[in-house]
Amino acid sequence: MNGSLVAILGILVFILGYRFYSKFIAQKIYRLDPDYVTPAHKYQDGVDYVPTNKFVLWGHHFTSVAGAAPIVGPAIAVYWGWLPAFLWVVLGTVFAAGVHDFGTLVLSVRNKGQSIGTLAHTLIGQKAKLLFLFIILILVLMVNAVFAWVISNLFISFPASVLPVFIQIPLAIWIGYAVYRKKTKMLVPSVLALIVMYGVAILSSKIPAFQIDLVSYFGGEGATGIFGLGATSSAFFIWIIILMVYVYIASTLPVWKLLQPRDFINSHQLVVGLAILYLGLFFTNPDITAPVSNGQSDVSWFPLLFITIACGAISGFHGLVSSGTSSKQLDKETDARFVGYFGAVGEGVLALIAIIAAVTFFPSAAEFTKTYSSFSEAGNVGLSVFVRGGSQLAAGLGIPVDVASTIVSIIVISFAATTLDTSVRLMRYIISELGVEYKLPALSKTHVATTIAVVLSAALVLLPEGPKGFGSGGYLLWPLFGTSNQLLAGISLLLVSIWLKRQGRNYWVSLVPMIFLLVMTLIAMFNQVLFQWSWFGTQSNTLLFIFGAIIFGFAVWIILTAISVLTKGELNQ
Amino acid sequence: MARKIKNLIDWYEQVLSLNHQSEISREIRDEEDLFLLLLYSELLGIPNPIYYYSLELYPYMVEQFHTWHLRMGMDKSPLDGIRCC
Repeated sequence: MNGSLVAILGILVFILGYRFYSKFIAQKIYRLDPDYVTPAHKYQDGVDYVPTNKFVLWGHHFTSVAGAAPIVGPAIAVYWGWLPAFLWVVLGTVFAAGVHDFGTLVLSVRNKGQSIGTLAHTLIGQKAKLLFLFIILILVLMVNAVFAWVISNLFISFPASVLPVFIQIPLAIWIGYAVYRKKTKMLVPSVLALIVMYGVAILSSKIPAFQIDLVSYFGGEGATGIFGLGATSSAFFIWIIILMVYVYIASTLPVWKLLQPRDFINSHQLVVGLAILYLGLFFTNPDITAPVSNGQSDVSWFPLLFITIACGAISGFHGLVSSGTSSKQLDKETDARFVGYFGAVGEGVLALIAIIAAVTFFPSAAEFTKTYSSFSEAGNVGLSVFVRGGSQLAAGLGIPVDVASTIVSIIVISFAATTLDTSVRLMRYIISELGVEYKLPALSKTHVATTIAVVLSAALVLLPEGPKGFGSGGYLLWPLFGTSNQLLAGISLLLVSIWLKRQGRNYWVSLVPMIFLLVMTLIAMFNQVLFQWSWFGTQSNTLLFIFGAIIFGFAVWIILTAISVLTKGELNQ
Repeated sequence: MARKIKNLIDWYEQVLSLNHQSEISREIRDEEDLFLLLLYSELLGIPNPIYYYSLELYPYMVEQFHTWHLRMGMDKSPLDGIRCC
């Protein structure tokens, strides 16, 4: 099968989904009204509530939701062959993600631009708000751990990427300063910053002295590093500590100083990355060498596939963006279809190229099977395969492979780093809010909340044991990240369904994806918790057992709430 | 063609600056809220040594005061002295 053909097929289904399914939902289910006065107009204040052109809002919505997650998930999930991952990304985007992102946006617009957390309180009650807070807490904790692992892993595998990534920090601070104090436009400084970063990337790819390779500094893989640990273990430990110190500082600074300027550079990287990979794909036209499906997998694709690929098929995180910022900036209600549904399609397009980069990389199916030898090995190598596959596609445009692999890894690391920064910040807010809720005022102090967030995240990423020792087991957390993300999507879809039911409309379009997601989460967690992570399981692990059990409990809680609210028809106001 | 490219660049610039503008306006708004608090300090029992001068700002404040009390969740003006609505 040809890689370009698969990409075109996927994009065609996305276009059809947007053209017909989203139109059906907009007209018959959500019944968008062009004359409805949106919160952006009703509460216009020039700060949060600003009516914005739909194309600008879509661009902003898409760059906010697209990150490293729709790349990592598909790169791991191709373990079961390219077809299952492809089908889930394409159908998930059309029937689940689109409905979810679009639905949360409309729901919020119809409710004064309130966020999902507040809506949970309004539509179900106080308990639902707490459930929601705990689910987000688990999700951001997983995000912190998983993305710290992703970055450390790439720093170790691609040492040429370290310097350009660290150069991004002072460049971002400079942009923040230039735009804020000197009122310059942000396009020029941020493009300059990108050029400097990629210039350093070319240098570091060619000159070994510029490559910060901690493992080789300790004397190679077999050598001993700090505290009597192995060299790779020590490298993981050092990178994770450095990252945690960085996020502590970054997440306590005002957003315009570091986080937003980094986002400007990352928006360029998203454009550059998508352009390089898709152009490279159509230029080189590679064949897919990975098998269609993997008949000898050690772990069944059902239901793990649906939680391994979360972002890219459906992600609860998008609901936070839809209801948090985009709903307050929507000019006309009818724009919600383009911003919400097409935003999900954008994410699907990114996940699609991640699949294709991974499955066209190997020269033969045997090589693919050798590398993706087991599910845990897929978790370990997936990301590196994507980077190498992506650089092979970029090489089709005449970019040297070593430079291309540095640039692709920088793109993934930059996405992961801003996600990490945002997520630690979010965790800080949630801890503060729980502190207010449970009358523990100390928790609402910035530095107390940030310290708790950073220490918990560092502990979680360092604890799981992987094949390379200390801290290298971060990939074990990936399915937990997927499930907590799906739970969040589940609760958002539940709110959309309740709202539709109250309006006397057909709510199956949101209820079916919700049931599907929650059932998959339940089955996956039941299997993993009981047969793998429990003390009599095959890979006994107390930490994963506890988190898996908590997530299982939350999923049951949401389902019971859904049944009680949707069957009785009684709603607490 | 050149116009299309210019439109594209303009669009991209707006995408980039959307959130940043909100953040900056939020900071400015917070500063103005603090200024408003200083002007109304006597309502909180804090003596205002420059009331003579701040009184001159009254006509300018009335307009801002309306958006402020709406933002604070008060549909009608809470002060008898300012009858903005």
